[in-house]
Amino acid sequence: MSNERLESGDDIIICRDVHKWFGDFHVLRGVNLAVKRGEVVVICGPSGSGKSTFIRTINRLEEHQKGTIIVDGIELTQDMRNVAAIRSEIGMVFQSFNLFPHLKVIDNVTLAPIWVRKWPKEKAEKVAMELLERVGIPEQAHKYPGQLSGGQQQRVAIARALAMQPKIMLFDEPTSALDPEMIKEVLDVMRELAHSGMTMIVITHEMGFAKEVAHRILFFDEGNIVEGNTPEEFFRNPREERTRLFLSQILTH
Amino acid sequence: MTAISEAVQPPRSEIGVLGWVRKNLFSTWYNALLTLASLGFIYVVLRGLLTWALTTARWEVVTTNLTLFLIGPFPRQQVWRVWVCVLMVVLLGGLSMVAWGAPGRRHKWIRRWVTVGWLLSFPLTIMLLHGFASSSLLPLVGTSYWGGLLLTFLLAIVGIVASFPLGVLLALGRRSSLPVVRWFSILYIELIRGVPLVTVLFTAAVMLPLFLPEGMRVDKVLRAMVGFTLFTAAYIAENVRGGLAAVPLGQYEAARALGLSGWQVMGLIVLPQALRAVIPPVVGQFITLFKDTSLVVIIGLLDLLNIAKSVVAQPQFMGLKREVYLFVAVIYFVFSYAMSYASQRLEKALGVGER
Ligand SMILES: Nc1ncnc2c1ncn2[C@@H]1O[C@H](COP(=O)(O)OP(=O)(O)O)[C@@H](O)[C@H]1O
Ligand SMILES: [Mg+2]
Repeated sequence: MSNERLESGDDIIICRDVHKWFGDFHVLRGVNLAVKRGEVVVICGPSGSGKSTFIRTINRLEEHQKGTIIVDGIELTQDMRNVAAIRSEIGMVFQSFNLFPHLKVIDNVTLAPIWVRKWPKEKAEKVAMELLERVGIPEQAHKYPGQLSGGQQQRVAIARALAMQPKIMLFDEPTSALDPEMIKEVLDVMRELAHSGMTMIVITHEMGFAKEVAHRILFFDEGNIVEGNTPEEFFRNPREERTRLFLSQILTH
Repeated sequence: MTAISEAVQPPRSEIGVLGWVRKNLFSTWYNALLTLASLGFIYVVLRGLLTWALTTARWEVVTTNLTLFLIGPFPRQQVWRVWVCVLMVVLLGGLSMVAWGAPGRRHKWIRRWVTVGWLLSFPLTIMLLHGFASSSLLPLVGTSYWGGLLLTFLLAIVGIVASFPLGVLLALGRRSSLPVVRWFSILYIELIRGVPLVTVLFTAAVMLPLFLPEGMRVDKVLRAMVGFTLFTAAYIAENVRGGLAAVPLGQYEAARALGLSGWQVMGLIVLPQALRAVIPPVVGQFITLFKDTSLVVIIGLLDLLNIAKSVVAQPQFMGLKREVYLFVAVIYFVFSYAMSYASQRLEKALGVGER
C-alpha cells in the first residue's frame, strides 16, 4: 500500500507507558504504541489479555491511570473538552453492534452529526445515505435495527461511526458476534475503508483479513504488547514463544 | 389442481364460529366441563343483575342527579366554562390524532402547535374554571365548588402530568454520581413508599398549613394535588429505575463514543428506551392514581365518590345505594379501561423498533 503516506505522516496516536487497574487487577501494564496516519494496525491476543480495555482508553471509554495518550496532538486528560474533541475524531465499532434500537437506521447514522456537529438535518441525511450506499445497504435506511441481520447491523454501525467523519476508526472484534456467512460482508466494508486511507486499529482474529489489509500486527498478552511486525514477518517468523503458541491455536482451529 | 387446492384447505372443523367454539371451548372433556360451569355461573350472575337493572332498579336517582355527579356544586350558570374546557380537550385530542396518526413531514408543524396547545390547556383550564374575583365574565368559582367527575379528573390529570417528570427526575437522581442528590432521592422514594397514601393526603391537607408562614393559605384542592403528585412520583421513580436498569451498557458506550454529551446520552438514547419499557407499569400507576383520588373523601373534597355518598343520603332517594354505586363503579371502570387500552396502543405504536 501507499508507503509514502506512512513515512511522511506523523503519529496520530501516541501511547506511552499506559497503565490501568480494575481495582487491584493490573489490566494494562505500560503499553507503548505509536500509530501513523493512514496506518492499519491489527491487534490479536488471548481473551482477557486487555485488548478491548486498551483500545477503549484511546477514546476514553476507559480512563488510564498512568502514562500518556495523545490523539492527533490532543492529550487525553481530565479535561472533558479534550475528551469530547477526541471522541468526535474517533469512530468506534463494537462486537455487539450497539445500534440504538429505538431509532431507524437512518436516524442512527444522523444522530451524532445533528447533535454533536450541529449539521442541518438535510445535510446529515444526505451524508448518511451516501454512507449507507457505501456500506451497501441504502435500501434498509427506514427500517429499525432489530429488523436487520447481524451483518447488516454491523455495517450500519460502521456507517454511523463514519458519519462523524472521524480520522481514526477503532474496531473491537467487529465480526466475532456474526454468523460465518455474514463475516465477509463486514470485512469487505472494512477492507474498502482501509484502502481509502483511514487510520484503523482493529482487534480481530480474522488472520486472512489481517494478512491482506494490516500494515502491522500486534500480539497482546497479559496487559501489554508482546511483539509487533508486518504481517509477513509476524506470521512467518514470530519472535516470542507465546505468539507462536497463540498463532498455532487460532490458525489450526 | 383441485386436489391440491383442496389439500391446502384447513380441515372443516377448524373454520367458522363452530370450529372456533369447538377448538377453544370443547377441545377436551375437562375443557368442556369448565366451559359449561362458567356458562352456568355467568348465567346465574347476569340473570340476577340484569333482572334487577332492567326492572326493580330506580335509575332516576342517577338521571336526576347527573349534573351533580359530573360537576358537583359547580354553579349551574357557569357550566358553559366546563363545556369550553371539554371542547378544548376534545379538539386537541382530535388534532393529536391527525398529527400523530399518519407519518409524514407535513405534520411536523401541526405536531408542534398541538404540543403547545396541550401545554397551554392546563393553565387555561384552571383559569377558566377558577375565574377572577373582579371579573363579570368569569366570576370567581372557588375550588370548594369544584366537584364530581370534574374534580376527580382534575386531581388525576394534574397528578399524572406533574408526577411523571418528577418521578423521572427522582429515578435519575437515584443514579446520580452526586451523593447528596442520590441520598435525597433514595430517602424521598423510600419514605413515601413506606407510608399509605391516606397519610400523605392527610399531611398535605392538615399538617402543611402548620409549616407554612402565618397568613399564607394554600388551596385545599391544590394541597390534594400536591399530595397525589408527591406520592405517585415515588412509585413512578421506581418503575423508571427498572427501565433505566434494562438499558444495556453498550448503549451508553456507543452514544459516548459518538461524542454525545452526558445529557444527550440520557435524553436521546437512554430515557427513550427506558420509558418505552415502563409504559405498562407507569400507566398502571396512573390508573391507581385515578381511582385513589376517591380518598379525598377524608379531607372533605366533593369528588365523584363523595358526591355519590351525598346522593344516597338524599331523602327522596333513600336506600338506592346499589344504583348509585354501580353507576360510579362503571364510570371508574370506563376511564380506567380507556387508559389501559391507550397504553396498549401506545406500546404497539412505539414498539416497532423492538422487533
Ligand atoms: N469494567 C471492568 N471491571 C473489572 N474488570 C474488568 C472490566 N472490564 C474488563 N475487565 C477485566 O479485564 C481483563 C481484560 O479485559 P478485556 O480488555 O475485555 O480483554 P480482551 O478484550 O483482551 O478479551 C479481563 O480479565 C476482564 O475480566
Ligand atoms: Mg475484548
